[in-house]
Amino acid sequence: MANAADQERFPGHPLLPYVLVLPSVAVIGVFLVVPFLQSVQDSFYASTAFGTNTIYVGLRNYERVLASSDYRDSALATLLLSSFVIVVGLALSLAIAQLLNQKIRGQGFYQVAFIWTYALAPSVAGAIWALMFAPATGFVPFVVAELFDDYVLNWMTNGDLALLVVSVAAAWKMLGYNIVFFLAGLQNIPEEFVQAAKVDGAGPWRTFRDITFPMLSPTTTFLLFVNTIYAFFQIFGLIDIMTRGGPGNATNILIYKLYRDAFLYLDAGAASAQSIIIFVVIAVAGTIQLRFATRKAIYAR
Amino acid sequence: MRARREGAIHVALGALIVVITFPVFYALIVSTLSFEQAYEYPPRLLPGTELQANVTEAWERVNMGRLFFVTGVISVGTALVKIVLSLMAAFAYTHFRFPGRALLFPLTMVTQMLPLPVRILPTYELMADFHWINTYWALMFPYFASTTGILLFRQFFLTVPRDLPDAARMDGAGPVRYFFDVLVPLSRTNIAALFVIEFVFMWSEYLWPLVITTTEEMRVVQIGLKMLIATDQIAPAWNVIMAGTVMTMLPPLAVLLFFRKSFAEGIAMQTQK
Repeated sequence: MANAADQERFPGHPLLPYVLVLPSVAVIGVFLVVPFLQSVQDSFYASTAFGTNTIYVGLRNYERVLASSDYRDSALATLLLSSFVIVVGLALSLAIAQLLNQKIRGQGFYQVAFIWTYALAPSVAGAIWALMFAPATGFVPFVVAELFDDYVLNWMTNGDLALLVVSVAAAWKMLGYNIVFFLAGLQNIPEEFVQAAKVDGAGPWRTFRDITFPMLSPTTTFLLFVNTIYAFFQIFGLIDIMTRGGPGNATNILIYKLYRDAFLYLDAGAASAQSIIIFVVIAVAGTIQLRFATRKAIYAR
Repeated sequence: MRARREGAIHVALGALIVVITFPVFYALIVSTLSFEQAYEYPPRLLPGTELQANVTEAWERVNMGRLFFVTGVISVGTALVKIVLSLMAAFAYTHFRFPGRALLFPLTMVTQMLPLPVRILPTYELMADFHWINTYWALMFPYFASTTGILLFRQFFLTVPRDLPDAARMDGAGPVRYFFDVLVPLSRTNIAALFVIEFVFMWSEYLWPLVITTTEEMRVVQIGLKMLIATDQIAPAWNVIMAGTVMTMLPPLAVLLFFRKSFAEGIAMQTQK
C-alpha cells in the first residue's frame, strides 16, 4: 500500500527511530501496560485478613462484585448519567454548532462565548452547580419555589434529583469541548454537498439527516468515545465535590465505588475486578470508535 | 428575509449564552457578598463589596499560593514533556520505516483504552515501590505518554509535502536538523493547541492527586477546593467557597483564551482526515 506514512524519508539512520519512540514506549510500558496486566492478575486473587498474603480465588472477585446490589445500583447510575451526558449534551452541542456554522457576523465573539466551559475542571463545575442548587440559598430552588407554590427542592435528600443535578453539571461542563469539535467537523463538510441537496429541493431537516449528519459521523463517534470516558472517569471530582456518591447510593457511579473499595475499604480483589469490568466496557466503546475512524480513513484515500 | 433569519439566529445564540453563562455569573456574584448576604432570600443578583475579603479568606484558609504553585508546576511540566515526547514519536512514525513500527504504533493507540482507573491500584503500588508518594514525579510521570499528542502531530506531519525532507537531505541536513529547523517550527500551531489541551487536563486532575499525595505541601488546587467546601458542612460559606472556585478556574481559562486561535486551528486540523 503506497501510504505516505510508509515512506522512508531519511534512509541510513537505523537506530534513530528507536531513540525517538523510546521515551513514549517506556512510559506506556512501565506506567500503563504493566500496571494494567497487574490489575488483571490481582483480580483473580484475594488478600488474607492481615493483607500479608494473597490467594488465588479464580473468578470469585467478579462473582462477588456482579452479585452485589450496590454494584448494580452503581452500574445503573453510571448508565443513566453517561446517557444524559451523551444524548442531551451532544444533541445540544450539535444544535449550537449548527447555529454557529451559519453565515453570521460575530464569529469571533461567539467562539469565545461558547468555548470557555472547556477550561473548567469537573470539580469546579461541581462547586458551581452545588451552589446553584444549594437547598437553603441556591438560585434554582428559589425559582422552583416561586413557580410551583413553595415546592421545596432538596437534592441532598432526593436521590433521583441528585443524579439529575450531577448529570446536568457534567453535561454543562462538556458543552465547550463538544461545540468546538462539532463546529470544526461541520466546517469540514464541503459546501457543494449542502448546496446540491438544496438544489434537489431538500429542506433543512432532510439536508441535515441525509448529508450533514452522515458526513459528521467521524466527529460524532470520536465525541461519543471522549464523552463516555468523561462520564465514566473524569466526573470523579465533580461527584466527590457535590455528593460523595449520595444521598444513599444515588450518585455512587462505578469510578466512585471503585475508589472507595480500593482506597477506603482496601478490598484490592474487588477493586481490581471492577477495574477490569470497566476496561471491557471502554474497550468495546473504543473498538467501535477505532473501526469507524479506520473506515473513514480508507474511504478518504 | 435573510437579515431576519440572521437576527433570529443571533437572538437564539444570545439566549443560549445567557443560560449557559448564568451559573458562572451567579458564582461571581456570590463571591462578592458577605456570608449573610449569600443567605438572603430571594437570592441576590447584584454584586456586593466583599470580594477582596473573600479572596483573602479563601487564599489563606487552604494556602492557595502553594496549591497554585504545585498545580502550575505539574500542569506546565506535564504539558511540555508530553509535547516533546509526542513530537519525537510522531516524527519516528511518519518519517522512518523500522522493524517493530507496525507493532508499536497500534500499541500507542490501544493505550487510549487504559485510563488510570483500570490500573489505579498497581500504579499506586509502583509509586510506593519507587518511594515517589508525595512527590512531583508521582503526580506527573504516569501522564507522560500522550496518544492525543502523537495523533495530532502525526496527522500534521503527514500533510507536510514530501519535497521538504527531500530538499533538506539535498542540502546535506540530517534528520535531526530537519526536525529542529523545519518540522518543529512548522508545528507551532499544533504545539500551542496541545499545550492548551494538556494544561487544562492536568490542572483539572483530581483522582490521582487525591490518592498519591497526602501532605499539605504536595496538595493540588482541585483538592484544595474540596477542603474549602468540606470545612463547614452545615452552613457552607458560599461567598468564600465561590471566591476559591473562581480563582481555581482562572489559570486554565487564561491559557485557553490566550491560545484560542491556535487551539481552534489545531482542532480543525485534527478533525480533517
